[in-house]
Amino acid sequence: MAVVTPPAPPAPGARAPRRLRPSGRPRGDLRAAMVFLIPATVGFVVFYLVPAVRGAWFSLTDYSVLAPPQFVGLDNYRRLVDDPLFWNAMGVTGYYVVINIVVQTVVAVGLAVLLQRMTRSILVRGAALLPYFVANVVVALVWFFMLDYQIGIVNVLLGKVGIDPQAFFGDPALALPTIALINVWRHMGYTALLVFAGLQTIPPQVYEAASLDGASAWRQFRSITLPLLRPVLALVLVVTVTGSFQIFDTVAVTTGGGPVDATRVIYLYIYDLAFAQLDFGYASALSVVLFAVLLIVALVQLRLLRAGESDNS
Amino acid sequence: MHRSDTTPTQPGIARRLRRPAALVATGVLALAGCATPSGTGGPDGQVTLTYWMWDANQVPGYQQCAQDFEAENPDVLVNLEQYGWDDYWTQLTARMVAESAPDVFVDHAQQFGKYASFDQILDISDRVEASDIDLDQYQDGLVDLSRGPDGGLYGLPKDWDTVGLFYNADMVAEAGYAPEDLWELEWNPRDGGTFEEFLARMTVDENGVRGDEPGFDPSRVDVYGLGYNESGGGFGQVQWAPYALSNGWTYADTNPWPTSFDYDDPALAEAIGWWRSLIEKGYMPPLPVATSGIGTIESLGSGGYAALIEGSWNSRAMAELQGVDVRVAPTPVGPTGERASVFNGLSDAIYAGTEHPDEAWRWVEYLASPACQDVVAAEGRVFPAISSSSEKAVATFSELGIEADAFAVHVEDGTGTLSPVTDRWSEVQSIMQPAMDEVMSSTDDPGPILADADARVDRVMADE
Repeated sequence: MAVVTPPAPPAPGARAPRRLRPSGRPRGDLRAAMVFLIPATVGFVVFYLVPAVRGAWFSLTDYSVLAPPQFVGLDNYRRLVDDPLFWNAMGVTGYYVVINIVVQTVVAVGLAVLLQRMTRSILVRGAALLPYFVANVVVALVWFFMLDYQIGIVNVLLGKVGIDPQAFFGDPALALPTIALINVWRHMGYTALLVFAGLQTIPPQVYEAASLDGASAWRQFRSITLPLLRPVLALVLVVTVTGSFQIFDTVAVTTGGGPVDATRVIYLYIYDLAFAQLDFGYASALSVVLFAVLLIVALVQLRLLRAGESDNS
Repeated sequence: MHRSDTTPTQPGIARRLRRPAALVATGVLALAGCATPSGTGGPDGQVTLTYWMWDANQVPGYQQCAQDFEAENPDVLVNLEQYGWDDYWTQLTARMVAESAPDVFVDHAQQFGKYASFDQILDISDRVEASDIDLDQYQDGLVDLSRGPDGGLYGLPKDWDTVGLFYNADMVAEAGYAPEDLWELEWNPRDGGTFEEFLARMTVDENGVRGDEPGFDPSRVDVYGLGYNESGGGFGQVQWAPYALSNGWTYADTNPWPTSFDYDDPALAEAIGWWRSLIEKGYMPPLPVATSGIGTIESLGSGGYAALIEGSWNSRAMAELQGVDVRVAPTPVGPTGERASVFNGLSDAIYAGTEHPDEAWRWVEYLASPACQDVVAAEGRVFPAISSSSEKAVATFSELGIEADAFAVHVEDGTGTLSPVTDRWSEVQSIMQPAMDEVMSSTDDPGPILADADARVDRVMADE
């Protein structure tokens, strides 16, 4: 993203040398390319395409795994429209994504700027990444213990400053934000790292010029950093929003969807339908809908953030 | 082991903690009855059977059974494998799909209907008839827990359980109660009776004022009279079932294989309403506190709770709590004039796709015989299904200082209610869990919430 000289338009005679190549060469390239593409293609077909198509097929069936699937047309989708638990799950998931992504992005950008400006120490920069190295389930469990109503250290500290203990996972109003913030804590270092990499690509001359013009640090951040960071931010957002929609493990090991459905996110509902209620057909329909939602969200994000182009020119 | 949402492999850890604990502690404990390569057909035409169970505490007893069985049946080897409760049913389903499920496995009344309806469990009624097994040797009702809607028999009884009132003996003595007083407690939904008086007496606020003394502050409680782990969903086995069932309520129109549930019965709403009122009175913690605390058994152990309704399968865990003397009394007598408890049982089932149905049957027959059940009784973990073995288990428990009569009283008096047997329990629970959470966390009349949930449950039950 450094200042790029646009490639010169090809001169009229530029193609001429290519004609000198032996005519068999392009086909030879193709064959070599095919060989290199085979492993990736096999992986894609076996692990992504076939399961996805099968899942889409199951969504049109009544399938309990233990008996062969029976075609039921669009019944599963009709049922979904009237299923209050589905809409609740989508609402809960949306709420989670909003809290998780807004807080995480703001914190990560702040952290990345701090890392770039305040320190050159690899140790300090690396420390920000530490939570990300801990497995999700362990992070969830550790926070589960720390936020415990009776023995959790957080409530002990709150008590010291005169605040009543809070049932972080037991109170329907607190449970989802608590889970969202735990995941912010885990992922902010990693997100900050991606943003940090983006910051490194912004040429220092731009800041120097702005300083000469007397721009404040905030003005520089707003008018230089953010616009030049936009393509990176777009990528980060697409990746983190998609990941955020897939929240499951933290909920599964802490609240299990309760209290009163306050944390029953869509993935938990799908899992429960498929593996507890053996209703794979309906669970597949929900997965297909989730896929469509994620696809639309990603496309809208890319469009809104004009990810393909940089302001850096 | 006996509830759909708990795992006794981690005794003493409340439901919410059990799930992660089991995740962390996941791992297969494969214990070969003898050191042989698994797979079928040993060196001398021997057959290897795989047997699954989820309760790690009971492995030594069944290990012994397997050895005795192999001594009598040299042509069969039993390969005992144990998976934690949380993985058990998912694993079992996956193995059934792959057609490699264990030949014999421990089955649960709430799960078996689902598998039986998909023809995954062998109907053994013919074999039982052809054998000389006396079905009357088991405690009443246990055989019915494995009976399919078609009248087929899908397992032989293994053990049974009921619930009781565990309490901190020192606290109770300090409050002026003798252990035998707790066997006389009665409750009713109007004023709570002597049971509520007991809970009030046991509750102590931060200033040391008891719940039945003037100046008690219900918002600053130090020791709750009664603990609980969660709302109990549609089952309430260790939560509200002892009150609802002794208030004349039953789960469903018929059991096993109900066609509709009775969650809209006013007798249930009345019992739940009273149970919930204990929260307002300060004798029981609010739902968010109860569910986000450490396990209920730890809370009893650390003095946060004075008493707790828990299952007989946790007796050993209770007795082994460090630094606290825990004893047990039966559940209180209700308006019907009787005590009540869920009476649940496990069975041993044979996988329909097994390659060795005859050998599997011999093993199941042995598991359900006095020879094996007496061994289990001597381990002092659970109550075996055979009445005479049960009595031996009571004796074992007594030697360990556990008043097993508190559980057995339901068998003697016939006050146990069989857990609901249906192939749609997961669906029912997915409606009732949030509904009961809602009841417990609001101050509204439980009636309408339960009636609404009941209508949804009955739609699930009616759906073909």
